Amino acid sequence: MTIQILMPALSPTMTEGNLAKWLKKEGDSVKAGDILAEIETDKATMEVEAVDEGILGKILVPAGAQNIAVNTPIAVLLGEGEKLDDRTPSPASANAPAPPPSGRGKQGEALQGEGVQSENRDILYAQGAIIEPPPFDEAAFADTKPMTVREALQSAMAEEMRRDERVYLMGEEVAEYQGAYKVSQGLLQEFGSKRVIDTPITEHGFAGLAVGSAMNGLKPIVEFMTFNFAMQAMDHIINSAAKTLYMAGGKLGCPIVFRGPNGAAARVGAQHSQCYASWYAHVPGLKVVAPWSAADARGLMKAAIRDPNPVVVLENEIMYGQTFDAPVDEDFVIPIGRAKIEREGKDVTIVAFSIMVGKALEAAKKLAEEGIDAEVINLRTIRPLDRHTILESVRKTNRIVTVEEGWPFAGVGSEIASLCMEHAFDDLDAPVLRVCAADVPLPYAANLEALALPQAEHIAAAARKVCYK
Amino acid sequence: MNLYPEQGVRRVPSSKVKKEKSKPDGAKLRSVSNSAPEPSVEEMKKLYGDMLLIRRFEEKAGQLYGMGLIGGFCHLYIGQEAVVTGIQSMQEKQDTVVTTYRDHAHMLACGMDARGIMAELTGRIDGYSRGKGGSMHMFSLEQNFFGGHGIVGASTAIGTGLGFAHKYKGDNGVAVAYMGDGAANQGQVAECYNMAALWSLPVLFVIENNKYGMGTSVARSSAGQLYRRGEGYGIPGEQVDGQDVFVVQAAAKQALDYVRSGGGPYILEVMTYRYRGHSMSDPAKYRSKEEVDDYKQHQDPLIRLRGKMTEEAGVAEEDLKVIEKKIRDIVNDAAQFAQDSAQPAAYELWTDVLVEA
Repeated sequence: MTIQILMPALSPTMTEGNLAKWLKKEGDSVKAGDILAEIETDKATMEVEAVDEGILGKILVPAGAQNIAVNTPIAVLLGEGEKLDDRTPSPASANAPAPPPSGRGKQGEALQGEGVQSENRDILYAQGAIIEPPPFDEAAFADTKPMTVREALQSAMAEEMRRDERVYLMGEEVAEYQGAYKVSQGLLQEFGSKRVIDTPITEHGFAGLAVGSAMNGLKPIVEFMTFNFAMQAMDHIINSAAKTLYMAGGKLGCPIVFRGPNGAAARVGAQHSQCYASWYAHVPGLKVVAPWSAADARGLMKAAIRDPNPVVVLENEIMYGQTFDAPVDEDFVIPIGRAKIEREGKDVTIVAFSIMVGKALEAAKKLAEEGIDAEVINLRTIRPLDRHTILESVRKTNRIVTVEEGWPFAGVGSEIASLCMEHAFDDLDAPVLRVCAADVPLPYAANLEALALPQAEHIAAAARKVCYK
Repeated sequence: MNLYPEQGVRRVPSSKVKKEKSKPDGAKLRSVSNSAPEPSVEEMKKLYGDMLLIRRFEEKAGQLYGMGLIGGFCHLYIGQEAVVTGIQSMQEKQDTVVTTYRDHAHMLACGMDARGIMAELTGRIDGYSRGKGGSMHMFSLEQNFFGGHGIVGASTAIGTGLGFAHKYKGDNGVAVAYMGDGAANQGQVAECYNMAALWSLPVLFVIENNKYGMGTSVARSSAGQLYRRGEGYGIPGEQVDGQDVFVVQAAAKQALDYVRSGGGPYILEVMTYRYRGHSMSDPAKYRSKEEVDDYKQHQDPLIRLRGKMTEEAGVAEEDLKVIEKKIRDIVNDAAQFAQDSAQPAAYELWTDVLVEA
């Protein structure tokens, strides 16, 4: 069987190169791995190795030839006892066109560069479908009791750990210290040091370790003392946890929860006061939830632990001590991807998440006194965003204000503004307004900090503005 | 033919398990291969076939890359075959493996199918990741292979987590976490040495020291000795000749036994060499042709094994030819399969982002 040896490419972008020299001559016997020739481009030189064995029958491109197109036959390799036949191509001229790549698949699908596949690539579809959120009958969970957000998170974790042996909690100070913010209080005593594990202060390492354990059959909950420190672990959250399922063609997933307080606390300065909602929400392969009330915290934490995907739970330190009525049912699981309308209204929609839901409700109360009836949406989930509920609300009120503790640039509010423009342009009676943190690192001084973070009055002012009042 | 300056084994024993002091650099050290049981002819044939499969597979991958059938990054393992072959041959079924982006060989050694690997390299639907992962990202739960990871150092943390899960589940498994000499300097490696030792996790850290982290030699990037980096944590370390599969086997056996018996983590630094560039587009101008040729001629793991088989074990040339023919057939079949397989359908773009509950 004669084998054509083709001009190889040094890189995916190389289209042609020079044949510097031949190290074998016609008639030489060749073994796999033998170096046949050297080729070069302006950037690099490479040796052409034989992959098959045989006899070098004919050299088609002489040493010194320049600008030989990739995939041009440069020599012919003969099997044992074979002779060169007439069908062998004649020596290639310097600029001979390359034959088409032989890589066409069975179904004849276009190879890269042979035309863009427009099917399934609708410009809006690519940004996410507008589908109804998963159904949820929250009113069915009527048995409630008052609890703090902290207790809601703790009880959700404890119940899920009782329910599934594979669930464990890992993080700084989660065990002996009972949690830096006491969210894991009592868990060490109930579940022991095998399942409630104090880590060294090494976020990058323990986040990666937890990801590895999730791949190998466990269901870790990783607590970051605050999400500011998770920046050290960002590589494993994104590259190792979020992308693995896709890179594995669905063969291996990573069921893991990354949780901890997010956003500003009080007077802790720039490095400890950042909202990461838009950072994580940017990443396909992650789910991102941000509870506000105790019910949110309980229901979303349970959903996160039961979910087979990596889920980021953005808590808020200031909310930990606040008390709400929350369902006590062990199966109170809020579907990820479903927002909640906290207050119905007809004049303007205010979309918020986490601690800003409370400020939005406060603003709505003020607005009501002025005769403006605001609807307040608690997003609960940032990714996948409940686009349906937002758009339905905008179609009713024709005005929308977004609120977040993060910075404005490429924030969650920017995403919602785009959503409304793309899907509800004709329903809007005013431009979408975003209420965000000031576009500066968070200052320490009490007065400056209050100026930097969104307050109820800022939200009310924005709502008045879109109502032209 | 002892051109390898660090022939044999250097070790730092754990102070917990052995009282002897670590030997100073340059001390004459025993070769593990002398103390290992003589392998049978059948075992040698198996090792030869396994190593040859890697060599021929990688050569074919290089060829397909040159033809434009494989794109992007493609990091070949040629020259390092004895490392993964020797270690894998000493593992138990429940053990897990995770490695870097230079991963084709590890997948073959784990028993993953050459066809599926090659089809992933060509980006086709029959590839291990349905064409969505590529050279650096394939996984097999069936063969306990947890990837190919493209970020330098990530495999050590994930490997430590695999070990954590082995201990948690009590399945007597050991996680084998490979890294290159370049990765050994990453901060997360130190973090993981600490946690693995602190919690006595069953992890065998393997540093494949092929002398260059891309274009920067170990001498220019790394202070001290890589195998001694665990000393402060009480992790025993050992440096062995990775061009002799029997030396690797003996060291791996000892290391795996130590880890499996509850000793905690272990660091095995395996001295090896890659013949090709860091990736296909690397012309490797940072090292001399003489250096490369010296390894190819005098320290090639396949030539060494072949020599031992024919000269010492009396294996006939014809028997080796049979193995070589078989391997060539497997590789040619895989290459053909990888070219015949279809590209993923357009809808595959949207699948496998999340597990649908």
